[in-house]
Amino acid sequence: MIEVIEPGMYATIQDFGRLGYLKKGLTRGGPIDENAFLWGNYLLKNEPGAAQIEIVLGGSKFKFSTAAAVAVCGADVSLKLDDEERSIWETFQVEAGQVLSIGPARSGLRAYLAVAGGIQVKPQWGSCATVKREQLGGHRGDGSALQKGDTLAIESSTCELTQRIPWRYRPDYSKPPVLGLIPGFQYDQFAMAEREKLSFHEYKISQQSDRMGIRLEGPAIEYAGKGLVSEGINIGSVQVPPNGQPIIMMNDRQTLGGYPKLGNISPLDLSRLAQCRPGQTVQFTRVEVAKVQQQLKNYYDFFGITPACQTDH
Amino acid sequence: MKPSIVNAGADAVIVYFADVISIEANQRVLQLDSAIASSDLAILETVPAYSSLMVYYDITRHSDTDIRASIKAIIESLPELQQVNAEQGQTHVIPVYYDETVGPDLARIAELHGCSAEEVIERHCRDSYRVYALGFAPGFAYMGEVAEDLQAPRLDSPRTRIPAGSVAIAERQTAIYPLASPGGWNIIGRTTFPLYEPQKGILNQLNSGDTVRFKAISKDEFIAAGGSVEAFE
Repeated sequence: MIEVIEPGMYATIQDFGRLGYLKKGLTRGGPIDENAFLWGNYLLKNEPGAAQIEIVLGGSKFKFSTAAAVAVCGADVSLKLDDEERSIWETFQVEAGQVLSIGPARSGLRAYLAVAGGIQVKPQWGSCATVKREQLGGHRGDGSALQKGDTLAIESSTCELTQRIPWRYRPDYSKPPVLGLIPGFQYDQFAMAEREKLSFHEYKISQQSDRMGIRLEGPAIEYAGKGLVSEGINIGSVQVPPNGQPIIMMNDRQTLGGYPKLGNISPLDLSRLAQCRPGQTVQFTRVEVAKVQQQLKNYYDFFGITPACQTDH
Repeated sequence: MKPSIVNAGADAVIVYFADVISIEANQRVLQLDSAIASSDLAILETVPAYSSLMVYYDITRHSDTDIRASIKAIIESLPELQQVNAEQGQTHVIPVYYDETVGPDLARIAELHGCSAEEVIERHCRDSYRVYALGFAPGFAYMGEVAEDLQAPRLDSPRTRIPAGSVAIAERQTAIYPLASPGGWNIIGRTTFPLYEPQKGILNQLNSGDTVRFKAISKDEFIAAGGSVEAFE
């Protein structure tokens, strides 16, 4: 078991997300830095979608009553196992009785605590991903975040050999990311001068960002096209509400919406976006869908994800 | 409008049948949805809405170009709507307790149309409604069309909390709030009809294309069915 001594600002259980229920209005949920999440499971030889704890900004403490191999990936947090320092992006052993403290993030926003075998939480509609707005998922099954005193079931395991992510694969979250936009949805209905604003200006991450959507601040983009009838929204869809300030929809997005959209950010760039703090800037560049699909196939291959296994849940 | 297929991300396309709300477009959406489901395409999931169908597919099996061509061919092979059974879905009767305590906008709508609150209730129960789309939130069904003598614009300022089960009207649409949430629709009553109870594993008995009728019940019947008359804040 893991006991939550301090949850920190906001810590939730996330697995790969709830797939196959968009039609019924259930969103996907899941790790919004999917890349860091997948590395954690990869290091521990878990199933790619095994449940982890998503920790916003750090400041969490967990007491283990079961020995376990663990890894923390994502935001640059300091780690202490009792009084000894540990490193992120690599596996280490936690003995029964030890306390793992996750310090405040120096760069990035979200750290993922992965445990060998995954955190054991009862799935609802195929997933234990916590979605606050839907009052769904998490270890209480009601969408609530982890609280002091919560206990989470894990399997006992041993870290035989330290596994590390090579430096070249570790993202530098302090750099402004360049987000690839695949033009789509109403792209053609925006005037050329309006849709090109994204390519020529930097946008700043707004304070009002969460797991539903990351709001940007910058030159307003005007939409003069026809009003929309509500339609599906993808993860990464770039919505333009009437105030012209774009919102990039993330894992907990509502499933339908009526704002015009410029297209979608490449799934491979969303992980970097998920680690941006309010005030950080982002840039956009146009990308071809064929190129993104090729990159995505390589990514699926590497992490052992098969879209069929996504629907198997 | 000719159907158009547009990119909707690295793993999805969206098919538009119209850019307005129409029963015909909505029927085409559901027709294509079932044709795609019975095709041999590697589809992950679909999102039918009022007049569009979003299709998520397996990118390891189809490229963006391939999937567009395949969906285009399916659309071209769809039979004319006249040949399709117009009643695509099931019919549901939803019991509603209509009262000022649980439906604070009954009077507003009555005033708007120069009628009594009783007449507002009669009108809401008079017509049957089509489920055009599910979404926004789990269990939320967009139903229409609300007759002209019952339509009402959204509130100028949304309420911060609308109790679960609230039955609502906005313009030409009617819906039920599955969970307590903020909202700007006109609230006219409350139901115990289960739409979304995650703890019990209940998720939406309504499907796109279904038909819904509302039936007025008394306070006693509502309470006997487990209803709560919790007032608005």
